[in-house]
Amino acid sequence: MGIFSIISGRTFRHGIHPPQHKAATAGKPIRRLDFPPRLIVHLNQFIGRPARPIVRKGQEVVRGEPIAEPAGFVSVPLYAPATGVVRDIKLMPTARGPRAQAIIIDVHEASTQQVLYSTPPNNLAEMSREELVAAIQRAGLTGLGGAAFPTHVKYAQPPDDETQVDTLVVNGAECEPYLTADHRVMLEEPQDIVTGIEIALRACGAKRAIIGIEDNKRDAYEVLKEHVKDHPEIEVALVEAKYPQGAEKMLIKALLGREIAPGALPRSVGVVVSNVGTLAQMGRLVPRGEGLIERVVTVAGEGVKRPGNYRVPIGTPARFVLREAGFEGAHAEIIFGGPMMGNDVASLDTPVTMGVSGILVRDDKALPRTEKRIWPCIKCARCVEACPMYLNPSMLGQLAQAGQYEVMEERYNLLSCFECGCCAYVCPSNIPLVQLFRVAKAINSEKGD
Amino acid sequence: MFRKPQIELRASPHVHAPQDVVSIMRNVVLAILPIEAWFIWQFGLSAILLLAVVLAACLLSERLVAWARGQSSPLGDYSAVITAMLLVLTVPPSLPLWMGAVAGVVAIGLGKAFFGGLGYNVFNPALVGRAFVQAAFPVSVNTWPPAMFEGRFSSLMPSTLAAPFTHPADISAWGLKVAADAYSGATPLALQKFQSQQVPLLELFAGSHAAYVTGPPALLILVCGLYLALRRMLDWRIPLSVMAAAAALSGALWLYKPEAYPDPLFVLTSGGLMLGAWFMATDMVGSPVTRTGAIIFGLLIGVITVIIRLFGGMTEGVMYAILLGNAATPLIEFYTQPKTFGARHARRGGKGGAS
Ligand code: SF4
Ligand code: SF4
Repeated sequence: MGIFSIISGRTFRHGIHPPQHKAATAGKPIRRLDFPPRLIVHLNQFIGRPARPIVRKGQEVVRGEPIAEPAGFVSVPLYAPATGVVRDIKLMPTARGPRAQAIIIDVHEASTQQVLYSTPPNNLAEMSREELVAAIQRAGLTGLGGAAFPTHVKYAQPPDDETQVDTLVVNGAECEPYLTADHRVMLEEPQDIVTGIEIALRACGAKRAIIGIEDNKRDAYEVLKEHVKDHPEIEVALVEAKYPQGAEKMLIKALLGREIAPGALPRSVGVVVSNVGTLAQMGRLVPRGEGLIERVVTVAGEGVKRPGNYRVPIGTPARFVLREAGFEGAHAEIIFGGPMMGNDVASLDTPVTMGVSGILVRDDKALPRTEKRIWPCIKCARCVEACPMYLNPSMLGQLAQAGQYEVMEERYNLLSCFECGCCAYVCPSNIPLVQLFRVAKAINSEKGD
Repeated sequence: MFRKPQIELRASPHVHAPQDVVSIMRNVVLAILPIEAWFIWQFGLSAILLLAVVLAACLLSERLVAWARGQSSPLGDYSAVITAMLLVLTVPPSLPLWMGAVAGVVAIGLGKAFFGGLGYNVFNPALVGRAFVQAAFPVSVNTWPPAMFEGRFSSLMPSTLAAPFTHPADISAWGLKVAADAYSGATPLALQKFQSQQVPLLELFAGSHAAYVTGPPALLILVCGLYLALRRMLDWRIPLSVMAAAAALSGALWLYKPEAYPDPLFVLTSGGLMLGAWFMATDMVGSPVTRTGAIIFGLLIGVITVIIRLFGGMTEGVMYAILLGNAATPLIEFYTQPKTFGARHARRGGKGGAS
């Protein structure tokens, strides 16, 4: 715990301090990745209704051109990340499991980095709140921290809700071990972030913004502090480096002391949260009238020889990214996201989507030879003291093993669990608590339907 | 292109803290070792034999149960070792070996396996074993031999080798003969309770005086317990609240009638209170997982201990207090469930909660 956090008290209760492993990539400037020969752009890569393709098989597309339109308000358009030909629109493997519809683009060898398609707004300064929300949707922005929820939806005022948003919380915590993509964005694109915050503030109607950065990234704190000198409405704050500081609820608690009720949204306490990466893209794309076509991805882990931060076109298959990063393993585990909440992908053809902040590769040496032995719960209470939602994972785990899924939900607030993994991380009995909770939730929701 | 790699699929989280059950148990064993060494140094050969027999009884019972259930290996056996080590420390070293074996078998068989094994045992297994022999063989369990006697490493106490199911020889006469100091065979608690004779505090705290040695000195237990607490393998809230409750209740009584009741420091340092508070009440399986629950659990044990000691027919109450605490744990847990994040604000309907 940093001295600063003790004094300022900017943190949340419980949580864990896993080894950070950030040194390998934190100092590496973002490098642009070449275009892969083929891009796979999934239509459902964000939360909400999948986008509708507006291109045909065999159609030529240029970098930056729209290829899919939003299928409603909770949806965003998609843009061609590179110049090429639409080869097909068909089912392809996703990181989250089942195959889903994707637009496949064969990239022209001569495709340039220049964005060839844009519709710059001529009156950005005068745009109304609604117009800004529409502009943000047009840019195809979603939560790049991992959630991939359409950003404009959070900013728009719901018609049936008078709660006013007073604060925009900018999430620069990046609490997952290994990941440094947001850290690099804060260091390299502070001006875009500030521009993005100005647009976001107008769009969501908040009066002030607070950028929360974990105190293990003081350099980013200093850089942003310098850039907001002339912006009295933007504050930069250090929070304790502790997992899961970057979870919305925890960050709001740390920065503002407000607690969101179970099942409620940040809006209920007058807050919207956006990730720094999202705002950097917003600051860049919205004024130019361009759409989201790439993102920064941390590639790290024992299994890659050249760990670093790469600017990756959306839809690039993992295979291509990993080859650039020097992966030659024969036996590996490939995680999309961080080691705490990321999920394993089964195929190297799985493409990078908007929500993928990192690709971690663990090879032979890092993988345990045998599955860890699972002991019975010894009631050591470590999980209870780690759970940031103040649940009782020990009891939830025992109930899950007894098949008492309804009791878990009704009496022990299973639904407040956001699968952060703190409990399973500390459990000395190696009980797969998060896995048990996922299964319980799935079974309950099936019963509910 | 590279070779087709073999891809592993696992569920998140993909990292894990270094501690596991085995490493925790190993540390508990380590922390008890110095106390065990002290015990052997004070009582010699008979103590070594008793420890060996109880260990063997516990380990064999554990293996037997595991075998009967078709399980491979029981938790590297550390948990049974802890049970045996604690059990030995709660009985006099003059206990006939066969009674030690009975205690060990009962501890594992009835205290643990009966409830479903590690993690499911409601009661502290060592205390179940100890309570059983206390009821079955009260004389042997309540008479303590003198410590530090001449020749303790070359000869056995007369009761050690008593044949199974016979009444062992009375060790009082032998005790008087070998003891270097005034020796009565009674524990400091019994002396205080029945003869109003108080053993000097320093003796209890440091365990330096052979005539009064009837359990590990408080100081040693404190140091070993603190080691575990600092390594976060023991919940400090439990021993602290046991001690706080015992001191507060006995302190109040002592202030009220100093001639009738012992002072709180005596209560804390005598008998099994220290060992119970630091090493037996803290057994994770039998104590609540919630923070508030742990404190209530500790306070309850402290209060019950003092009540049994001062008002009950027995001289020592820690053991029963902990067993009662174990039994109350599910109830305590039920009433001290942590409040889910944000639940305090839920009544505002999740609206307009700007603070
Ligand atoms: S995964 Fe769920 S139960 Fe476990 S610590 Fe996180 S929120 Fe709590
Ligand atoms: S951390 Fe594991 S063993 Fe400890 S109480 Fe929680 S579930 Fe049980």
